[in-house]
Amino acid sequence: MAVNLESSNVATRENRIGSITGYIGSLSDLANQSECGTLKGCSRCFSQSSTCLSSCALGQLSAIRDVAIIHHGPSGCSVASAGAYYLDKVMAKKRGVANNTVYVGTDMNEQDTIFGSTEDLRKIILEVNKRYSPKAIFVTSSCATGIIGEDIDSVVDDVKEEIDVPVVAVHCEGFKSRIWATGFDISDHAVLSSIVQPPKQKRNTINFKNFYESARPEIIEIFKNFDLEPIFLYCNSTVEELSHISESLATTCICGTLGNYLGNALEEKYGVPYVRSINQCGIVGFETWLREIGKVTGRSDKVEKYIEEQRAIYIPQIEEIKKELKGLRAVIGMGPGYTFEVSRVLNELGIEVVWALAWHYDKKYENGDVPPSMKYLLDNEIDFEASVADQQNFEVMNILHKYQPDLYLSRHPGSTVWAIKNGTPAVYVADEYMIFGYKHTLEFARTILDTIRNRSFEQNLAKRVKLPYTEWWYKQDVGTFLEEVGK
Amino acid sequence: MAKLLDKQRYKCALGAMQTVQAITRAIPVLHSGPGCAQKLSDSTGSSGYFSPNIFPCTSINEKDVVFGGTKKLETTIENALKVIDADLYVVLTGCIPEIVGDDTGEVVSRFADADKPVIYASTAGFKGNNYKGHEQVIDAIIEQYLEKSDEKEKGLVNIWADVPYQDLFWLGNIRELEKLLAEIGLKPNTIFGYNRGIDNINKIPKAEFNLLVSPWVSIGNMKKMERKLGIPYLHYPTLPIGAYETSKFLREVGKFAGVDEAKVEAVINEHENYYYYLIERYADLFLENRVINKQFTVVADAQYALGITKFLANDLGLVPAKQFVVDDTPKQFREAISEEFKKLNFNLEAEVVFETDGYKIHNQIKEHDYHGYPLILGSYYEKELTESLKGNYLNISWPVQDKVVLDDFYVGYTGGIRLIEDIYSVAVQRWN
Repeated sequence: MAVNLESSNVATRENRIGSITGYIGSLSDLANQSECGTLKGCSRCFSQSSTCLSSCALGQLSAIRDVAIIHHGPSGCSVASAGAYYLDKVMAKKRGVANNTVYVGTDMNEQDTIFGSTEDLRKIILEVNKRYSPKAIFVTSSCATGIIGEDIDSVVDDVKEEIDVPVVAVHCEGFKSRIWATGFDISDHAVLSSIVQPPKQKRNTINFKNFYESARPEIIEIFKNFDLEPIFLYCNSTVEELSHISESLATTCICGTLGNYLGNALEEKYGVPYVRSINQCGIVGFETWLREIGKVTGRSDKVEKYIEEQRAIYIPQIEEIKKELKGLRAVIGMGPGYTFEVSRVLNELGIEVVWALAWHYDKKYENGDVPPSMKYLLDNEIDFEASVADQQNFEVMNILHKYQPDLYLSRHPGSTVWAIKNGTPAVYVADEYMIFGYKHTLEFARTILDTIRNRSFEQNLAKRVKLPYTEWWYKQDVGTFLEEVGK
Repeated sequence: MAKLLDKQRYKCALGAMQTVQAITRAIPVLHSGPGCAQKLSDSTGSSGYFSPNIFPCTSINEKDVVFGGTKKLETTIENALKVIDADLYVVLTGCIPEIVGDDTGEVVSRFADADKPVIYASTAGFKGNNYKGHEQVIDAIIEQYLEKSDEKEKGLVNIWADVPYQDLFWLGNIRELEKLLAEIGLKPNTIFGYNRGIDNINKIPKAEFNLLVSPWVSIGNMKKMERKLGIPYLHYPTLPIGAYETSKFLREVGKFAGVDEAKVEAVINEHENYYYYLIERYADLFLENRVINKQFTVVADAQYALGITKFLANDLGLVPAKQFVVDDTPKQFREAISEEFKKLNFNLEAEVVFETDGYKIHNQIKEHDYHGYPLILGSYYEKELTESLKGNYLNISWPVQDKVVLDDFYVGYTGGIRLIEDIYSVAVQRWN
């Protein structure tokens, strides 16, 4: 890909890497069609609400310590500030650090949509800087400011002269993309263009892009075996830390969808290798990833030694529990960074994936390849029915109703509850490290077992609730509302 | 005019999707960007019969911004009627269609003959906050759905209170208000929560009067119903918490409804006896703990700022420091609300500040001399601040992270006791 850090705008995933949100078929067909360029995403003439890309973009940026987010828009856009405040406080407390990041709105009103409010915005930026002396200021747009053509870039350029920390315009119009992961790219772009400095010296560090660093202490310990120090991004990152990420030995991530843009850009701009293996979920994933790290950092011997020691501890235990999981049938619904990774793990554990939903699908990664997780499945002749739907719950429910699987696995808030109302046990794979490495793969397998062993909660609830979808809908094909783009 | 919204305590008008969600079997159909519902929802009882992630949504994209999204709106409504089993479909507009000029009313009018009612409310984010959006939804029901009724049901009273979900205690509060009215022999009718819904909406025109328990939210709705449906209203501005205010409330409602005075007094007497039985047993705790001082501050919407100030002053004998109203109360209501803060026992008057900038609120709290540890009842934003002042803190207003409420409530006699329990549960964890 060609990263243009001179522009504050990032092209959407649809335009940049051909991402889609509507498809029904099979995994192999999806892959074949993307390889030969015939894949066309569908739109829907009926859809349910999904997610705003600004939540992803600003969720990432507001987790950085001691910065300011100024969300220029009506109060509904900046409502995420309440959640960000809470998360910043509890995440910092967990780490034993202080985080004074502020996230404010501008409470834009009707008059502002007619006359504009760039002058007010300018004053607000200066006032926030005066109140909190943040280490960087991100000024972001909304649907409303985008449509009326509020020139945020000019305001930012203007105040830069008066503020001695980075001030950057972040373009977050929610209507720009159906793919909320575009927001991750937007946040990476903002960090790269305003904070990251060219390398001055190489360090023994690895950039580790993740969400909430829940496995931080454990990964620090693992990397000590290889004489490497992980830098977790962006939760609890400092602006100073971020300014040096171009000096790391490599970049890796827990979720390809999350880390893709940053990893590729650091490689392209500063020659920091991006580890493009399948991710760390499950046994094969963990080992493949470790070996790739060993390779790019020149530490293969140490990595092999670690793998051997750990296998001796965990593989027998995982083999034991596999006997009890064999034959289970699962439906999964996750972002593409996880769907095809978790499918692999389920296959490893002897659980059959009957249908996998990805909330979107990137035809190729920034470097033009088919995503590695997908390639692995195809190379190993693992195939199943698959669809792409941006969390369209009615489609998930139609599938669960038809297939009645033993298990539904999902990663996004508000989705597992519907499975259990259907009477289907569900595992909420929210923690990005839930299946990380040998240890957590074992825990994950045990959690699945615990979940299907006691189905009381699902059964109690399912017996008493009525589902909100009509009989008519359950009789329709999952893809009833899909239509070709352009129609 | 745009302003610095630092530590924001409300959502935009589209937050009224939660008002619709609180009406059982009513579903919002959003004509908005794809992520508005996700942003505006909290995990506070949101996975009911409908949840925000299943609200039908036109998920407006770049093309719709240029060419308009009315076609998508039509297919979304049409298919929502087929896919989702609801009693009432409420189309809510976000910022985009209102800026680009989609005629949502015209599209909705095409569904006048649908099997289920479809109405719409203008709730663009820039039109105001979710308190305003709440009023817009109720206005839509009045204007587009309700008809005047010549037939009145004896004793039937519609009760209206503050904004569901924004108010953590909305469900418990409205049930308790119903109970209190039923005890003095009236027939309460409400549209929100369990076992309420379209049938209750249908009953609205038959009521003898509307009772509004809120400092300002829904005053406009009451006036609209008075004009269109001929229903008079009683406006009781203070959320009655504890014995003093609840007894006053019952007397006023009883008088307005023409209920026999002796009956009202009997109900009051019974409640006060039990209330003071509890208070007497715990009076030692209130007096002889070493951490709760006299001075307190509430940082909340007008409803809780006023209700809790009156309760702590008139029932527990505490003394109000500065109180902060954070709901962006429209200017025309501010004077009347400020006057209410001056009606406290022993001629006490509370100073009230209408402020949406959390930075300024925090500075004023820091500057005030509480003569000891402050007692702060507010949003999650006040937690760290109160800790830094070694004060006692209770999370009673949005955003809430410190408390899970399924159907707890602060209204009425029992509600006052619940609030005391919560305050002193904080106090007993400390020793000075």
